[in-house]
Amino acid sequence: MTNHAEAIDQHIRTYLLVFGSLIVLTLLTVGSWHFLHLPIGPHIAVALIIATIKATLVACFFMHLISERKLILAVLALTVVFFFVLLLLPVMTSLGDQVGH
Amino acid sequence: MGFWRKYVFSIDHKVIGIQYAVTGLLFLSCGFCLMMLMRWQLAYPGQPIPFIGSWLGDTRAPGGIMLPDFYNQLGAMHGTIMVFLGVVPLAVGGFGNFVLPLQIGAVDMAFPKLNMISYWCLFVGGVIMLGSFFLPGGAAQSGWTSYAPLADIAPTGQTAWLFGMIFLITSSLLGSMNFIVTTIQLRAKGLTFFRLPFFVWAQFVTSFLLLLAFPPLEAAGVLQLMDRLAGTSFFLPTGLVVSGEILQVSGGGSPLLWQHLFWFLAHPEVYVLILPAMGIVAEIIANNTRKPLWGYRSMVYSVIVLGFLSFVVWAHHMFITGMGTVMSSFFQTTTMIMSIPSVILLSCLFISLYGASIRFNTPMLFALAFLPMFGIGGLTGLPLGLSAPDIALHDTYYVIGHFHYIVAPGTIFALFAGIYYWFPKATGRRMSEFLGKLHFWPSLIFMNGVFMPMFIQGFAGVSRRLADGGVTYSFAGNVTPLNRMMSWSAWGLALAQLPFIINFFMSMRSGVKVGNNPWHATTLEWQAPSPPPHGNFTQDIVVSHGPYEYSVPGQKEDFLPQNQPAEA
Amino acid sequence: MEIPYIVEPRQDTGLNNGKLGIWLFLASEVMLFGALFAAYIMMRVGGPTWPLGASILNVPMATLNTLVLITSSITMVMAWASLMRRNYSAYQLYMFATVGLGLVFLTVKYFEYGHKFHDGLYPSTSTFLAIYFTLTGLHMLHVIAGMVVITYFALAGRSMFRKNPQWLTNRVENTGLFWHFVDLVWIFLFPVLYLM
Repeated sequence: MTNHAEAIDQHIRTYLLVFGSLIVLTLLTVGSWHFLHLPIGPHIAVALIIATIKATLVACFFMHLISERKLILAVLALTVVFFFVLLLLPVMTSLGDQVGH
Repeated sequence: MGFWRKYVFSIDHKVIGIQYAVTGLLFLSCGFCLMMLMRWQLAYPGQPIPFIGSWLGDTRAPGGIMLPDFYNQLGAMHGTIMVFLGVVPLAVGGFGNFVLPLQIGAVDMAFPKLNMISYWCLFVGGVIMLGSFFLPGGAAQSGWTSYAPLADIAPTGQTAWLFGMIFLITSSLLGSMNFIVTTIQLRAKGLTFFRLPFFVWAQFVTSFLLLLAFPPLEAAGVLQLMDRLAGTSFFLPTGLVVSGEILQVSGGGSPLLWQHLFWFLAHPEVYVLILPAMGIVAEIIANNTRKPLWGYRSMVYSVIVLGFLSFVVWAHHMFITGMGTVMSSFFQTTTMIMSIPSVILLSCLFISLYGASIRFNTPMLFALAFLPMFGIGGLTGLPLGLSAPDIALHDTYYVIGHFHYIVAPGTIFALFAGIYYWFPKATGRRMSEFLGKLHFWPSLIFMNGVFMPMFIQGFAGVSRRLADGGVTYSFAGNVTPLNRMMSWSAWGLALAQLPFIINFFMSMRSGVKVGNNPWHATTLEWQAPSPPPHGNFTQDIVVSHGPYEYSVPGQKEDFLPQNQPAEA
Repeated sequence: MEIPYIVEPRQDTGLNNGKLGIWLFLASEVMLFGALFAAYIMMRVGGPTWPLGASILNVPMATLNTLVLITSSITMVMAWASLMRRNYSAYQLYMFATVGLGLVFLTVKYFEYGHKFHDGLYPSTSTFLAIYFTLTGLHMLHVIAGMVVITYFALAGRSMFRKNPQWLTNRVENTGLFWHFVDLVWIFLFPVLYLM
């Protein structure tokens, strides 16, 4: 039982660490927008990369994906594939426009 | 347990399955009635509808003569009701709920309360859909596809359609989660994935299609609701002219967005309609040929590949939107690739018949008829999947003929087969063979009478959306007389369902009583009592081999149930 | 009659029913928001111009809301950790804190929306505002749904805790998964709508 309690303490330390990083990353996003004034392309890239890092942190640690069973990871992998197919929709439409005209 | 808890708000998967099935059958007949009204207009355009014409009211059919607007409502609602309220509830909700837990040796579904909620979501959605006929301006009339911008500017019925769809989508999502968890978690001891009956595999893949393909339509529905209620322009391009005036909206939207999101669901939806039917047919063919299914493993792999590929072919419905040759080539290639697993499935079922001494009972007749009918539907789809011939055939009656061959004499025949096959399990009584055959043969003839001429009309170029069947178009002159033959076949088809209805109710009360396993089948549902009690099985189930151990050499009987070890 | 694997994991999958169920539900949610993001990209790429979110929307308020939601995620995960330690009162405290932070989020959102309406900015004004209101509105519905469930487990948890603490722990973990997902969606919504 002591092992169990120790494991949870370890968990909580990780959570607080993740929490801190999320706060820092949020401020970093806002800061990069406020101070850097990058051109729109790199600016979007920076914002999305930071968001992806934050999302990964939440998914891996708060949602325990880092130690999750293979079955759930498989379901999510399948979903992610179709998610990207969905995101390709606009690209396909505009590609069609270019070739068609 | 009181009456309400036991039969109405039940959490027993068998009761919910029967609720789904009965609801599905009622909506199938409802959608069929809408179609018969349309067929009158097509066969005798401009003539008053006999008998019921005067009841329809002046806004729909003044003097019994159908208005084109009302024809459009019937068309849109026929499609919606048949697909989302008829076939899906019966095939997935009905057979899935009733048979799947029994076939995997489970006590119930994994989430019984969620199961009840998903049925009642369907019920509410159905009531909204039917109620929309009585709104001012009538029901939705922009086709079952609800293409924008037409649907954005349609009368109130379209809003009701969208709300109804959100309920139906919620129902399907909850149901599919439940099926997947049940299949993965509640399989009996020893029932590995490759010992699952093919029906379970088909439902399993279907559930994944519902789970991942329906949410984009839900999103599209939300966007269209915003367009209609909050005045946004997601699907309204700038400068859209309606009735000679430029629409005062912010504009900047894209009608193609709706088509993409709609077909992202609606193509997998086709497989939602067909896979459970394949599953039913596979069970019945294995049982009545008294042989194992030929190529069980390749069938399983095919159904998985089919499910996966069905997500990347949707734009073959949009070849003529001007999307360019690169995308057309991509989607026609994926479409052609996808015909391979379909052909494997059908071939396996055909080859299973080879060398068998077949029992020609009613379920088997329907299952056998499924094979060539689905074959016709599938093969006529090939020209539509290629972008060049699709330009000529798009939106003609050829398309209608093609997909009706898949769903009407295809899926619906399989569903009838399933009803005749599992009726003894649900009621403890067998349905009459004589009435069953009286149902089957006329249905087969009339089905072809309705749908075969559609290919001819389609080749002649008759558009699918004409409220008069093409009489005002000179090029359609040669083929419009076919409309009368098709309409009379449709009404004959209605008569042919009478033996089924009589059989259904009579057999419930006075059919021949049967034991647990009247068909001498191997799968687990036949090891439970007929009808199974709450909790299903009276013995512990441990599975020791695959699902179709028929005519195993050296055994006393010609069937070996999955939970009975083979004799040494 | 008892359905197996409600609390204890099934041996070959290593999962209980609820865990698998909630992840499947989240998979469908990914597809729902995926479709909406696809709509966003299509609107943006297809439109002749696209405003910078910050020129219309209030970035400080949204930054505050981002921090609030992140904090509510940590209180949620602490509620679960408290249950793992079988400490019910700490659990209840963290659950109420989570709901409270949800309320803060909604209040900020209320002022944001009110401000927009006051300025005459409606969903029908432009495609940008249309997608802004649709995405944040739908996200808000998810926040409200999450709050309802969390409140339910905070109030009705005690008898479940007495009967079967592990079951309650599992259910709270699953609720948390949903709540973190809502947080995760906001993590993307914030830069996409406000900063780009």
